[in-house]
Amino acid sequence: MRLRERLAKGEFVVTCEAAPPKGTDIEKALEDVKKLASHVHAFNVTDLQSSVLRMSSWALCALIAREGYEPILQMTCRDRNRLALQADLLGAWALGIENVLALTGDYPTLGDHPGARPVFDLDSVQLIATIQALNQGRDLAGNELQGSTDFFVGAVVNPGVEPLGPHVLKMRLKAERGAQFFQTQAVYDSEAFRKFIREVEDLEVPILAGVIPLKSAKMARFMNEHIAGIRVPEEVIQEMERAKTKEERKKRSVEICARIIREVKPYCQGIHLMPMGWEGLVPEILELSGLT
Amino acid sequence: MLVSEPKPTEEVLGYLRAGERAFLLACGGCAEVCGTGGEEALKKWRPVLEEAGHPLTGATVLPFLCNKALVGLRLARFREQVERADVVLVASCGVGVQATAQVLDKPVYPTANTITMGGLQGVWASEERCGRCGDCLLYYTGGICPHTVCPKGLLHGPCGGSQNGECELEPGRPCGWQRIYDRLKALGRLDLLARYRPPQDSQKGLDVPLARRKAPFWALEYLEED
Repeated sequence: MRLRERLAKGEFVVTCEAAPPKGTDIEKALEDVKKLASHVHAFNVTDLQSSVLRMSSWALCALIAREGYEPILQMTCRDRNRLALQADLLGAWALGIENVLALTGDYPTLGDHPGARPVFDLDSVQLIATIQALNQGRDLAGNELQGSTDFFVGAVVNPGVEPLGPHVLKMRLKAERGAQFFQTQAVYDSEAFRKFIREVEDLEVPILAGVIPLKSAKMARFMNEHIAGIRVPEEVIQEMERAKTKEERKKRSVEICARIIREVKPYCQGIHLMPMGWEGLVPEILELSGLT
Repeated sequence: MLVSEPKPTEEVLGYLRAGERAFLLACGGCAEVCGTGGEEALKKWRPVLEEAGHPLTGATVLPFLCNKALVGLRLARFREQVERADVVLVASCGVGVQATAQVLDKPVYPTANTITMGGLQGVWASEERCGRCGDCLLYYTGGICPHTVCPKGLLHGPCGGSQNGECELEPGRPCGWQRIYDRLKALGRLDLLARYRPPQDSQKGLDVPLARRKAPFWALEYLEED
């Protein structure tokens, strides 16, 4: 069953992030995907995350689709103008990719090619509108297409950001322009997440809560300081701090993730896992949280 | 020379709610030479506004609205007229609109689209910059230009990197969209942010259209250089 059918049926879904390689060696990325395929419903493939050069998202998506698994194509507005975005979308559809996640994209100076010219010809709301135009058989200029797309369109929202007001307004615009599901930045504070959900529940668009396994107390502190919208509560950091060995940290990390998932589950339609190298923990996390 | 051209009349009238009173401020600088500011702008907009049911509380031409300090100083003479107005319409380039918005706690709306800056000579650049998009959005954004305050030039609110009112580019840099949000909130016009803006025509800001090159300002430009 496809992701859109699962969400339409009200099923609780699990998606997992997959990163294309820095180079042409795709074995490792595909191996990770195969190992997790029986545990998750779709793989969300990043698009030059943090503005660091990697293989195209659509290329890994196409390889994942060829293996019989379901990819979600992440698309940012950073590197392509409206022509290139539409061209890649048409190509992606022809390669068997049915889901797109529309994002703004990080600024180039955050990555490994800081001198790159930023594009941002469209913003994320306009990108969603563009994908919906292609779905209707027309390009952004209104020209008729020979063969249209039928993408299932996702968008992102960062519920931990302060102040939240402008982000909620933008989320509403995304839904109005055709976002069919939302995926969030990593959630560590389920009470704050619940408050956010209450504010947007009238939208009636499925929301997938983001989950990032903590590797250490240091990582948690780093994210709190440097990543917008991530707030790991002090008691969770303390929990990680008490774990002394790597094995203990992994065990603690799994417990924390499972606890958050159990807490947010009644308020969302799925979770989006971002294991960042700890792909091996995903089956345990899902088992402990009661999802498998 | 900043080159601007008038916005369509219906677009500007569409900014005003029924019966709203306006103060009309025209620039006596580049915009006057381009025919979008100066006395010509007062002559054009005064009857248009009055016929559409928007009484004018006052109207004036001030030289070089790009100079925020001078705008504040010179507008002081019109304080009462400005205070009685619901909105202030500014016939100038995007810099003049933004400079005026900075000194007034009222909605400040553009009546022109800024196309290019031309070759700027001996200019002290101030904080209010214009993105020369040729399709001025300052009405929707509380008189703050989203093209220049947001490094990504986003048109529908902040990206996910905005945190505590700061931009993801560097600590301490204000998020442009947080500024726009706060300004519109203070003006009671957050509804303007709930509107979708289709992608803009990127060609507009690239060069001066042939038709505008025939305007008097173009001849003046060459006279200056001779």
